[in-house]
Amino acid sequence: MSHVVIIGNGISGVTAARWIRKLSDHRITIISSESDHFFSRTALMYIYMGHMRYEDTKPYEDWFWKKNRIDLVKDHVSSIDFDKKQLSCQSGNEMHYDKLILALGSKSNKFGWPGQDLKGVGGLYSLQDLEQMEAYSPNLKRAVIVGGGLIGIEMAEMFHSRHIPVTMLVREASYWNNILPPEESEMISQHIKDNDIDLRLGVNLGEIKDDGNGTAKSVIVKETGEEIECGYVGLTAGVSPNVGWLKETGLDIGRGIKVNVHLETSIKDVYAIGDCAEQSQTQPGRRPVEAIWYTGRMMGETVAYNICGKPVSYDPGLWFNSAKFIDIEYQVYGEVPSKLPDDMKTLFWKHADGDKSIRINYDSNTSVVRGFNLLGIRYRHEVCEKWILDKTPIESVLTNLGMANFDPEFFKEYEQELVNIYNQQENKNIQLKTKRGLSKVLSFFK
Amino acid sequence: MKTIQYIGIGLFILSLLIFTAILGVGHNELKSDNLGITNDYHRAAIITAANESGVLDKAQNPLASVASIKSILNKAAERLDEQNAMGRPDGVAEWDFRMGSWKIEEYTNTIVSNTASGPVQDNPWLFFFLTFGLAIIGGLLFILPKFSEHAGIKHNGIYHNSLTRGLKFNVKMAFLIPAIIGTIVYGFLKLQNLFWPLVTLGLALLISYLVFYRQNSKDNTPQRHSCPVNTGWLGVIAGVYLIGFYILLYWAPAYINNWVAMVSPVSEMISGNKASRWFLYGLMYTVIVIVMGIRMLTKYRHNKYQRVRTYSVMFFQTAFAFLIPEILVKLNQPWFDFKNIWPLDYDFFFSYNIKELSTSGGLGIFMLVWGIILTIVGVPLITYFFGKRWYCSWVCGCGGLAETMGDPFRQLSDKSLRAWKYERFIIHGVLLAAVIMTTLVLYHYFTGKTNLLGLNSENVKSWYGFLIGAGFSGVVGTGFYPIMGNRVWCRFGCPLAAYLGLVQKFKSRFRITTNGGQCISCGNCSTYCEMGIDVRSYAQKGQDIVRSSCVGCGVCAAVCPRGVLRLENGSEDVGTRTAELRTVHITEDQIQVLS
Repeated sequence: MSHVVIIGNGISGVTAARWIRKLSDHRITIISSESDHFFSRTALMYIYMGHMRYEDTKPYEDWFWKKNRIDLVKDHVSSIDFDKKQLSCQSGNEMHYDKLILALGSKSNKFGWPGQDLKGVGGLYSLQDLEQMEAYSPNLKRAVIVGGGLIGIEMAEMFHSRHIPVTMLVREASYWNNILPPEESEMISQHIKDNDIDLRLGVNLGEIKDDGNGTAKSVIVKETGEEIECGYVGLTAGVSPNVGWLKETGLDIGRGIKVNVHLETSIKDVYAIGDCAEQSQTQPGRRPVEAIWYTGRMMGETVAYNICGKPVSYDPGLWFNSAKFIDIEYQVYGEVPSKLPDDMKTLFWKHADGDKSIRINYDSNTSVVRGFNLLGIRYRHEVCEKWILDKTPIESVLTNLGMANFDPEFFKEYEQELVNIYNQQENKNIQLKTKRGLSKVLSFFK
Repeated sequence: MKTIQYIGIGLFILSLLIFTAILGVGHNELKSDNLGITNDYHRAAIITAANESGVLDKAQNPLASVASIKSILNKAAERLDEQNAMGRPDGVAEWDFRMGSWKIEEYTNTIVSNTASGPVQDNPWLFFFLTFGLAIIGGLLFILPKFSEHAGIKHNGIYHNSLTRGLKFNVKMAFLIPAIIGTIVYGFLKLQNLFWPLVTLGLALLISYLVFYRQNSKDNTPQRHSCPVNTGWLGVIAGVYLIGFYILLYWAPAYINNWVAMVSPVSEMISGNKASRWFLYGLMYTVIVIVMGIRMLTKYRHNKYQRVRTYSVMFFQTAFAFLIPEILVKLNQPWFDFKNIWPLDYDFFFSYNIKELSTSGGLGIFMLVWGIILTIVGVPLITYFFGKRWYCSWVCGCGGLAETMGDPFRQLSDKSLRAWKYERFIIHGVLLAAVIMTTLVLYHYFTGKTNLLGLNSENVKSWYGFLIGAGFSGVVGTGFYPIMGNRVWCRFGCPLAAYLGLVQKFKSRFRITTNGGQCISCGNCSTYCEMGIDVRSYAQKGQDIVRSSCVGCGVCAAVCPRGVLRLENGSEDVGTRTAELRTVHITEDQIQVLS
């Protein structure tokens, strides 16, 4: 029985601990300075908006950890002696490990903006970030958010829920257009504006001004020089691996901690997973650092197998992700690049309301389906994935498209409209045969 | 827009104040000719007692008059007992002459209602408007402007709101424990029977023992701060008011005579009869389901499943539970709610009901057969195809109230594993109690014998009616909305829900499907599950969900920000899809864990 120490109690570290417990009898310790127990980081926004309490974001009851013999330590690891396999914590305690899993997460990007370290400036990643937002919220006249990614729009929605005016400074010409295709990006930009959020596109942050007491009082827009008075500045220009403090330890670090397919780092018995890990080999279409919930969970599971003597390669499988832009849900399966490459064709339908769309990408040579992008419509993960992995031709997909629909009962089905667009676009006469429903899906999987 | 909503709240509060205040308006004056008692011996004794007490021909406040009338009736009963001992007039049966304790209760209500006069009796419509009317107008002024907001999930600030935030653990227990003990003690005083109150107490302790020590829940104590840090005091006030209302309605109806008098003209319009307290309750219930149903429609107007479901409960409450039974009465047929099903309708097999239905001609027989077929065939068959939701969140009146008036409180249900353990013992215990009681009642009906295996059917019947029929389903079931969520009765107590749940668990095509690996464990689904199901614990493992308690309200699927959950019918693979440990994406030859 060896002692596995996990630094970080986010989804990656906790998934690793749970799977190690299922697979072995190792002693398991999780160290975190963020919270006593695991909570769902993705739900931080709901605490602020009053949809949930902190307690509701914990996926397991507090007794779960003792029952599963997972020791929780609330402390901050200040240094690691990899030779002696020894951790030193801020409290002065030291801890020996046999195997170490680094699940250190991310930190919000700061690009050297003047005033970025003032009080009243922060990202949204940790529980402490949330507490800071909460502390500045009473009597807040305006918040400015710098950056237009998923966290930026979450933060905008949070302030908006408390009727605090929000300005968003977004570098791109349209919201998240480095990820979303132009039509979807335009829809979301419009949706943001419809919610009375002051969206400024194609602008950068110049500087954050000090009120004389070390607190932010306004931001200057770089391009126009305009000064926007605000009591809080949210920095949401992405995140990067939280690895700075390990730079001089001999650990091989690039953007993140370099790991091989078994998630082993350059040092024996040390593993890295989640946001802080950088894959040395990546599968086609995947990035070396992927700071998302799902990959963190998969890495946690994978590392557990590797530690418990069952070597497994990390394989995140087909790309999928999801998000919610204020009221519009978003799901993506497979390849949906923001700029359509030459070997790919696209089929795009948008509802007249501007809050629903379906995009299906297929290969222009083989006409095999390659990706799905959904706004305001739910599609079945497993069906879309199987179609793509089985290299299903687009026409066969369209014939059975209803099978993918995962919207609640009684919701209107729009698959026919998509088929019509295809028939028009390609001058074909494909008929939609399968409507929404579970039975067809089940026989599809047999 | 805000101004209109504030005016709405103001009108609603005003209507509530008027509603409460009119209980003390007017006066009761006992005269020799206005008591409404037809039994001559009783009437004479009551008049004598009233005269001796000096209240005859004197006006009293309606609230004070209840106690005074009770004491007069007790005196009259004593006098009749004395006269009876000395010898009653020839040819008069003892129970026509003497006045039993149940008669005293009946007469209290009769006399209070017959001797009351005052502004409410003079202008019932005016007061109906000032209470029901203002409440409806105020409610709609508050609700209708919400149609102008963006469609979408409307949960902003629920946990910042004093009404919907919930209660701290200690405050919650300060409601729960007195409610349990109080009901048992009051039951003893009321029914003058110590046996069943003691059995109930014993069962409560036994269940706690089983949960704590047999199911190892002792070590699995839920975090106490799973209750909010600060108690929502508006929630406390709302809870006290609702509980108070139900206590008066069920156990002290003489005090709410003015409310009944106020709605009497409405009853006369519909059925031609004077209102009873049950008419008052039915009318309030229906109005609340409709007005709060409109609120539900504003909240979920982006979701057609929720809209259709809300129309359904509004329709079934208005037509089946309220109008049709009253119209039947007008047509000289028995009062009958066609959608109420045994064992929720626990008195369906009581002898008076069987007698009334079987002697009411063809329609009565149809009602009797209909009720039996619904129970034996309808429940299992429809639940097999659609799950228990067809009843619990589409048709049922209790469910209708929970889904409309109760919606603001759905997040207050307890999600802990321990609560689930309590739930299973209690709800199946109630189902068992209903089956035993009905067996005794039918045995009594067919054989004429009241005792079976030492259990007296009359005692069991009255204790069940008191404890479950009134205490659990009413006082706790609805009174506890702001304290323990909107489905306390449906989750812990309803025997029909237990029956439907057994079918749903073991033989139904209904389940909630999880969409692959898309769950982010945020917990919206669990938070807003009114039945206290920890939906997230299944969703994050990619498991489909088959739980006997799920009423299929669909709110988990509606609030999920990632489109992970869907209510579906289809059973082919339910065994494998609900298995534990469906894992995410790992490819390795030796380890078969691919989803």
